[in-house]
Amino acid sequence: MAEKKWPESWQEVNPGLMVFKPASARSYLTGGWRAQKPIWDNTKCIKCGVCYLFCPEGCISEDAEGFFVADLNYCKGCGICYHECWPRAIKMIED
Amino acid sequence: MSKRVGLEIALAVAEAAAMCRPDVIAAYPITPNTHIPEHLAEIVAEGHLDCEFLPVESEHSALSACAGASAAGARVYTATSSQGLLYMYEIVPIIPAMRLPIVMSLGNRAISGPINIWNDHSDVMSVRDLGWISMFAANGQEAVDMTIQAFKIAEDHRVMLPVLCNLDGFQLTHVVEAIMMPDQEEVDKFLPPRKPYGAVHPDNVVSMGTLGLPEIYTEARKAQDEAIINSKKVILEVWKDFEKMFGRKYESIESYQTKDADVIMLTMGSMFETATMAVDQLRKEGFKAGLLNMKLFRPFPADELKAAVKGARVLIVIDRAFMMGGVAAPVCAEVKSVLYDEPVRPAIVNEIIGLGGRDVRIRDFVEMFKKSATADKVKPERAYEFYGVRSSS
Repeated sequence: MAEKKWPESWQEVNPGLMVFKPASARSYLTGGWRAQKPIWDNTKCIKCGVCYLFCPEGCISEDAEGFFVADLNYCKGCGICYHECWPRAIKMIED
Repeated sequence: MSKRVGLEIALAVAEAAAMCRPDVIAAYPITPNTHIPEHLAEIVAEGHLDCEFLPVESEHSALSACAGASAAGARVYTATSSQGLLYMYEIVPIIPAMRLPIVMSLGNRAISGPINIWNDHSDVMSVRDLGWISMFAANGQEAVDMTIQAFKIAEDHRVMLPVLCNLDGFQLTHVVEAIMMPDQEEVDKFLPPRKPYGAVHPDNVVSMGTLGLPEIYTEARKAQDEAIINSKKVILEVWKDFEKMFGRKYESIESYQTKDADVIMLTMGSMFETATMAVDQLRKEGFKAGLLNMKLFRPFPADELKAAVKGARVLIVIDRAFMMGGVAAPVCAEVKSVLYDEPVRPAIVNEIIGLGGRDVRIRDFVEMFKKSATADKVKPERAYEFYGVRSSS
């Protein structure tokens, strides 16, 4: 079922903006805020996972080979992963 | 069966609150409301009430704890005054925005400075626009009754808003009065346990206090405004139920001798009873004096006001607070706004009286009345006056 992003009218607003559906923030794709995106050079990556730990959005995950990727639906392009990556495997590029 | 008792009003309010069986009370004592949480702490400590009493370290924490408890589905009560309310201020607008039905007794006291612990309405006026339903007791009986009514109004699913029960500091909180105290059985019958609309619980997923981005903030605020406007229907319903059960009548605006009155005074809170005696005296002197008392301040009883002043030449609005640099005192500014569109309306005079606990006497009402009785013919010099202010010229 396609869900509405916003209630169309004030009459549809739940009292107190209560949200009865768990994890509803997931439907709000914050990737649109991004100006730059991180890219990984896996020849330099040592799979330490620092990027994964520091990502404030929690949008970085480990792939099947143990390397890391950002979910661009949510990545806001803040560059914290780039800043923290001490083997310098991450670069920020214009999106 | 209700029993007639002689009791300090703050203690009576505490006992009324206890009879409403709150699950959680979080409060910090501050003059003049102190005896309310103090007595409730006693009631809980003695084992007469099964309730979590949180003796918090500040008013900010008190209302925060109340918010959490109410969100978890508890029936919640608190009390404060003046600076305590201001210390709560950050949380005050969040309670109605989250639609949490908390009941708070406000022992009305002047706000600093100069520092002053005595009565006026400047504390409640600082939160009047934040979404709380607001009622004013004229005496101890009303303070007790309103406490009980407040829970029923607040927790109704058509309302789900917090209620402020205003009682004048000292003039009411510290006065011993004869009060008909309902018994537990009656209160239980009138006020069933709270059934929360949504309650935070591991088995019951709900997010409260969510972010409102620009795309939804206006709609959320409009919905909240509609909720408080529509609460009046429930307030009147609850007052009807209360009258049926306890025999005491409540209305948004109470009138005294207004039927043929051509000059009407309007008060809020404990001044009303003093003013009735002034009206009696003025009637004896041949004046057609009348008196109105606003029991309900939020939502503002606009229609009732229009009806109540019909036929009057002059309306004297007596405020116990003022708006610095404003155009009139708070109650009068709204009264003027309500009556502006009326084709026929009385001349309106605004007197500010009783600030910081200065006594308001019968003869003050008589004097205000006589001074302004011809305001429809001779316009007062100023939009509002500080009645009785000492002046060197």
